[in-house]
Amino acid sequence: MTRWAMVADLRRCVGCQTCTAACKVTNATPPGVQWRRVLDMEFGEYPQVRRAFVPVGCQHCDEPPCVDACPSTATRKRPDGIVTMDYALCIGCAYCAVACPYQARYRTLRASFAYGEPMESETLTHDEARLAVATKCTFCVDRIDDGLARGLRPGVDPEATPACVNACIAKAMTFGDLDDPDSNVSQLLAAHRHFRMHEELGTGSGFFYLWDRGA
Amino acid sequence: MSYGPNPWQQTQWDWRAAVNFMGGGAGSGLLMVTALAAVKGGAAAALLLLGIALVGLGLACVWAELGRPLRALHVFFNRRTSWMTREAIAATLLLPVAVVAAVAAWGGVDGLQWAAAALALAFIYAQSRMLQGARGIVAWREPRVVALLLATSLAEGGGLLWLTQPWHGQGSPMAAWLFGVLLLARAIVWLGYRRRLDGHAAPRALRALDGAGRVLLIGGTAAPLVLLLAATVAGSASSASLALAGLLAAAAGAYLKFSLVTRAGYNQGFALREVPVRGARPFIG
Repeated sequence: MTRWAMVADLRRCVGCQTCTAACKVTNATPPGVQWRRVLDMEFGEYPQVRRAFVPVGCQHCDEPPCVDACPSTATRKRPDGIVTMDYALCIGCAYCAVACPYQARYRTLRASFAYGEPMESETLTHDEARLAVATKCTFCVDRIDDGLARGLRPGVDPEATPACVNACIAKAMTFGDLDDPDSNVSQLLAAHRHFRMHEELGTGSGFFYLWDRGA
Repeated sequence: MSYGPNPWQQTQWDWRAAVNFMGGGAGSGLLMVTALAAVKGGAAAALLLLGIALVGLGLACVWAELGRPLRALHVFFNRRTSWMTREAIAATLLLPVAVVAAVAAWGGVDGLQWAAAALALAFIYAQSRMLQGARGIVAWREPRVVALLLATSLAEGGGLLWLTQPWHGQGSPMAAWLFGVLLLARAIVWLGYRRRLDGHAAPRALRALDGAGRVLLIGGTAAPLVLLLAATVAGSASSASLALAGLLAAAAGAYLKFSLVTRAGYNQGFALREVPVRGARPFIG
């Protein structure tokens, strides 16, 4: 089996938001919608202040609350762990958005563009099917499927890898197969101390954060 | 909308969703209480129709909130796991059955009220579980929210029964006692629910809930109970007091649900269990 997962090394991320920009360009998300975003978090009080940049987005959970909630079956989970959206089925009820503990879902009710009138690139990429329905990170599932069909390895070959991972300037983000013990993500998790966001909720997030080297 | 790590109020479900919980709760409660209080004849028919009108109003509001309202029938596609689908199925069964029950009650046949009441219970249960299924919102996913919505539904139904009592003229002393018990039960369930949120929900969510909770306890519980007691002591000249008690009970419950959906819907934000270790480690001698 295959279980696609993302690993973000919090020690490497510098908060440059290149992944955010790459995602927006690749997926043509409208203003205000960031399927991949990077939080700037502070901890402690002066002078003992720590700072962390934290990439977030859809966690492609093992037990996704959004899939259970969705009344139309527009949200589904594939056997390889990717949580998908069928825009043609979605009724735009936003139940998935309030069911998601990671605030990863968006609903854009009307078309909006960066400078009011659409630029040429926005005209080319604008998709009416994505209006008034739920949208979210798909792990660039089309790139993965297309790459696999061409014999490429997601997470290794850039053409088959999510855009955010390709764009990361610090190699803070890694994508790969969790079920393959030799994969890049499995190796990273074996060698580092890590956690998942809101693990207490039992969602089984497919997004891991490295915070220290292995004990 | 803030994208920071701190919790923020959800903006996806607005007053229209709140009206679904307010109308659905009060309407289904009225259907159940009408059967429990053994209201008969034309009065029962009117109350049943009022009940489904409130349920229908809520559903109409939530329909208006859909991004793609013309696809509304897709709501029935996931009965296996979605409580929204189950709520829609329950409503689809409830509305015609309640209409038939109303017609039957008008004609002197009262038994069908219990079928409508059972479906109303299924509807409000599904609606309550739907809110609990919103696991991104701390105040909603607390399991006791199910009991809270069930209790408020019944108390609001009782309130509407007594609010309309001067018009329909029915309502036995036993029904008045039942109303009092429902009010007390709602207050107790509310206190238990609220206690469970301590230390979990965002402070601003708790402030919003506490404000609505005070209204519920004072205006929606204590005041109606005093009026109920006064009406019981006063005997027959009591319908105005009971109607006022009903109004207060129903309004306080509706306000609580409005606050719960539109003002206490805070997520939990983001949190790191561990802070990244960077650079030189502190020397440990």
